Parts: sequence; structure tokens; C-alpha cells
Amino acid sequence: MSPDLLNVLEVILNGLMAGIMYSLVALGFVLIYKASGIFNYAQGVMALFAALTLVGFQTGQIPFAHVINAALGTHLDTWGPGLPTLLAIILTMGVMVLFAYVLERFVLRHMVNQAPIILFMTTIGLAYFMEGFGDLMWGADVKTMDVGLPSGGSTWLESITAGWAAEGSNYRGMYIDVLDLWAAGVAIVLVITLTLFSQYTKTGRALRAVADDHQAALTVGISLRTIWIIVWSIAGFVALVAGIMWGAKSGVQFSLSLIALKALPVLILGGFTSIPGAIVGGLIIGVGEKLFEYFIGGMIGGATENWFAYVLALFFLMFRPQGLFGERIIERV
Amino acid sequence: MTTENSMLSIKNIEVIYDHVILVLKGISLEVPKGGIVALLGANGAGKTTTIKSVSNILKTERGEVTKGSIEFESQRVEDLSPNDLVKRGVVQVMEGRHCFEHLTVEENLLTGAYIRKDGRKAVADDLEMVYSYFPRLKVRRKSQAGYTSGGEQQMVAVGRAMMSRPKLILLDEPSMGLAPQLVEEIFTIVRTLNQKEGVTFLLAEQNASIALRYATYGYILENGRVVMDGAATDLASNEDVKEFYLGLSGGDKKSFRDVKHYRRRKRWLA
Repeated sequence: MSPDLLNVLEVILNGLMAGIMYSLVALGFVLIYKASGIFNYAQGVMALFAALTLVGFQTGQIPFAHVINAALGTHLDTWGPGLPTLLAIILTMGVMVLFAYVLERFVLRHMVNQAPIILFMTTIGLAYFMEGFGDLMWGADVKTMDVGLPSGGSTWLESITAGWAAEGSNYRGMYIDVLDLWAAGVAIVLVITLTLFSQYTKTGRALRAVADDHQAALTVGISLRTIWIIVWSIAGFVALVAGIMWGAKSGVQFSLSLIALKALPVLILGGFTSIPGAIVGGLIIGVGEKLFEYFIGGMIGGATENWFAYVLALFFLMFRPQGLFGERIIERV
Repeated sequence: MTTENSMLSIKNIEVIYDHVILVLKGISLEVPKGGIVALLGANGAGKTTTIKSVSNILKTERGEVTKGSIEFESQRVEDLSPNDLVKRGVVQVMEGRHCFEHLTVEENLLTGAYIRKDGRKAVADDLEMVYSYFPRLKVRRKSQAGYTSGGEQQMVAVGRAMMSRPKLILLDEPSMGLAPQLVEEIFTIVRTLNQKEGVTFLLAEQNASIALRYATYGYILENGRVVMDGAATDLASNEDVKEFYLGLSGGDKKSFRDVKHYRRRKRWLA
């Protein structure tokens, strides 16, 4: 194979990996949207918050140390050497479930039967609240996340692909981050689990029923409160996974919450209501923006990755507003 | 009607929507165990509101029972949540069917068993029970409910309610948008379920003629009040009911001169 072709292949592969990372965020949106018709603007911040909490537990930070120090003049910082990663992850999950419960109890319960736009505004408020709350709890400094996932280039892939180029070229093999490979694996497991859960369990069926028709779900005895706590907990879990992956990749800091914006075109492409759609949408966006940058970016001054996804989404809205895998809008004739 | 025999008893309830709109102005009714009771009346009479105040779906629509009491099996139920009521055996089938469109027919039926804790086997048995009453649903069990016909959706809705093993089904406007033949079919099944499975029905219906044929007792609602009640056969033979709800008037065509007496004849409004 010629090195040019191999380069394109490498671009595609890296695009796929980037796409998976987008999909991880998009998944959280889909879950909540499906079950409650709420577009959860706070999903990105939830990922940030989960990542902050995880790092906090891992490094043994005392929550609200800054506030306590400022109020009492103490010099609290950490309470010890921190927790092992696995325990920290479990505890963080506990925090996300608690968060889901509090949110249902104090916010969502009072929002039953409100217009979607009001619920959307609520999540905007929630996003800003959580952003500030996360800062207050764990401090605003940039943190590194180390959950023991390997990173750096994959020498394995590099050595395999190096041999693919024609004799005599100085092609050195493809570069791909091992962390990305891990993310892909995690995402695949996550999607399979979620799909099985929603298709084949009683609770999953109830989730889909609530998504279809709130009132009818009430009449058959499904408790919306329980369902909402479950859904937001699952979304919290997905946020945690996304937070871990993105945090390990680019550090835990405020900009982590902005990845939510990257999930929007993914959702438009894949459909707001489809779990596989979130994955495929992410992959298409990932590959699309990398290829576009590779072939056309150079001609028009580069940095196309910033806007390509949104333009693609715009086109999709014109031709297939429900997205590739979105639930068909059922209309009987 | 004796009270020991009574399954549901509504006493003088008043319902207000959005804190200002008075919809029910003191409705009382009794549903005897094993009966089929029909609520009749025109649009806006308060049939659906009555049903929703029993199932407690009302609260999600900003409606509230402000006066009176609702007792199911001699226990007050106004403050229970809808899913508590389903657990006690009261299930509502909403007007306009409200199937879960993107779920298959079978999944729809299974959601009806959501509150049950008596195991997979019992639920599977009941699924077969529902299919035995609605063989057409068995044929279509793998299709998305949203793509089935109106009649099939009504069957799904009733079958789904049956899956919770209810004592009382609140059936709201089962005839809506269905061909007369299908309406007849649905009502026949209601009667069969009533007789064979011992389910009590409270049904709201605009189509008074068919409802009175299948019901045992009827209440006529107008403007949020009960204006008349009686055994279904009595109501069906009542001259006023015949004229205003059944569209019959002693066989002769009315001339416009007689129509002038309309107000006077509707004497129970006074």
C-alpha cells in the first residue's frame, strides 16, 4: 500500500477514536431525553462534576476545603493519601445517584407536565449551579486524572502497520493513542449493556414506556419518580465514564464541560432517541471532521474541526430531522 | 345500593382545575362490586374528570379534588399516588387509548404488569389470558403499537389494564374514533371480562345507546353534576334520556314547533 493511502487510513482510525469520545457524552443526553423528553444541557457539567469528585476521592481532598478555610481560618487540604481508584469510582457513582435523588426530590418533582422549554431552562440553571458547586467543593484548579489507564502511542499498531507500506518508503506506521483504544472498548461495553438493559428488563421497558407517554405510564402504575431517579443515575454513570475518559485525555478542568457542545451535532446526526444512533453519529462526526481537515482543511486555512460538525448537522436537519436512527414519528394514515 | 356491596364510592366531590376552574360541582356515585356502571353525558360534562379524580391522574393536570371524598373498598384514596392505586387494583384506560407507540404490542401488555411482584410465571399466564380474549393481539404481538389500527390499540389499552390484575377498570370513552362494529366488539369483551374475570367497570361514554345496553347502572352528567341516575334499563326507557341522549323520540319525527319545548322538557336541569 502506498503511504498516502495508509495516511488516510490513519486519519480515519483516529477519527473513529475521537468519535467514540463524542459518543460517550452524547449517550448521556440520549438516555435522559428518551426517558423524560428533557434535553439535559447539564450533561457536560455532570461529566466535569463526576471527574472532579473522582479525582477528589482519589487524592484524598477534603470537600469544601476552601470554603471551610475561608470561613474558619483553618488550613485544611487533604485528609490522607486518598482512596484506591476502584473504591473512588464506586463512591463517585454513589455521589451521582445521590445527586439524581436530590434533583428529583427538589427540582423535577415540581416540574411534572411543564413545557419542554421550561425543563430545558431548568437544566441550564442546573448546569451553572453544578459548575459553581463543583468548584466550591473541589477547587477550581486544573487537575490531572490518573485511573491507571495506559496512554501514549500504541507500539503494537505501529509495528504492524509499518510493514504495510511498499518497500523503500520511509513509512513508520500508524500512530494511535492507547487511551483512545480503551475508550472505544469501554464505550462498546457501555452501549451493549445499556441496550440490553432497555430492551430486555422490566425497568428498561418501563423507561421506554415513560418516554413514549408519561400519562399512560402513570395509569399503568409506573412511578415517574422512581423512573426519573433511575434515569438520572444512569446518566450520571455515563457522565462519570465520559469524565474519566476525557479527564484522562485532557485533564480535569472547566473546559471539560464544553464537550457537551460537541455532543449536539452527534445527537442531531444520530437522533435524540437512539443509543446506537449516538454511537454511529459520533463516529461519523469524528471521521468526517478528521477527513475534512485532512483533505480540504489545508486549502481553506485549517481549523475546520471547530465548525465542520455543526455544518454537517445543519445538513442533516434539512433532510432527516429525526436523525439517522431517531424514532420515526409515527403517523397512521 | 347497599354500602357493603359498594366497591367505589364517590361522595360529593368538587374538582377545581388551576385553582380557579370549577369542573365538578358535587358529584356522588356508587360503583357496586362486579357491576358495569356507565357515566353518560355530552362533551365537557365532567365524565373524564370524574374518572381522573378516581385514578388520581388529575394532579398531573393541575386539577384538584377540593371537597368530598373518594373511597375504594371503604378506604379513602384521594391522596394516593396513581401507582398506589394501581397496586390496590384500580386502573384507568385513558380516552384516546394512549398506547406506548414505540413499544410492541406485547411490550405494551407487559408494562401493564409493572407493579406486580408475583413472578414471571403468573405474568406469562396472564399474558395468555389477555391473548385469549384478544386473539388479534397475539397475531400482532411483535408489531409496534403505533402502527396498529385504532381498534387494536383500544384492545391493547384494555389488555394492558388487565395485566395488572385489577379489581376496577376505569374505562374512558372506549368508543372514541372506532367503527360501530368495533365498538360493539369492545363492549362485548368488557362484558365478558366483567363476567368471567370478575372485573368491575366504571366507564365514561358519549354513546349512550351502546353504553346502556351493556351497563348495569348509569349516571347522567351535565355541567359537572349528576342530573339523573338509575338502572341501565330504566334509563334506556326514560323518555327524556331517549330524546336527549339516544336520539329517539317515540318514533315520530319532531316538528320545529315541538323543539321549542326543548328547555321545558329537560326538566331536571331546573
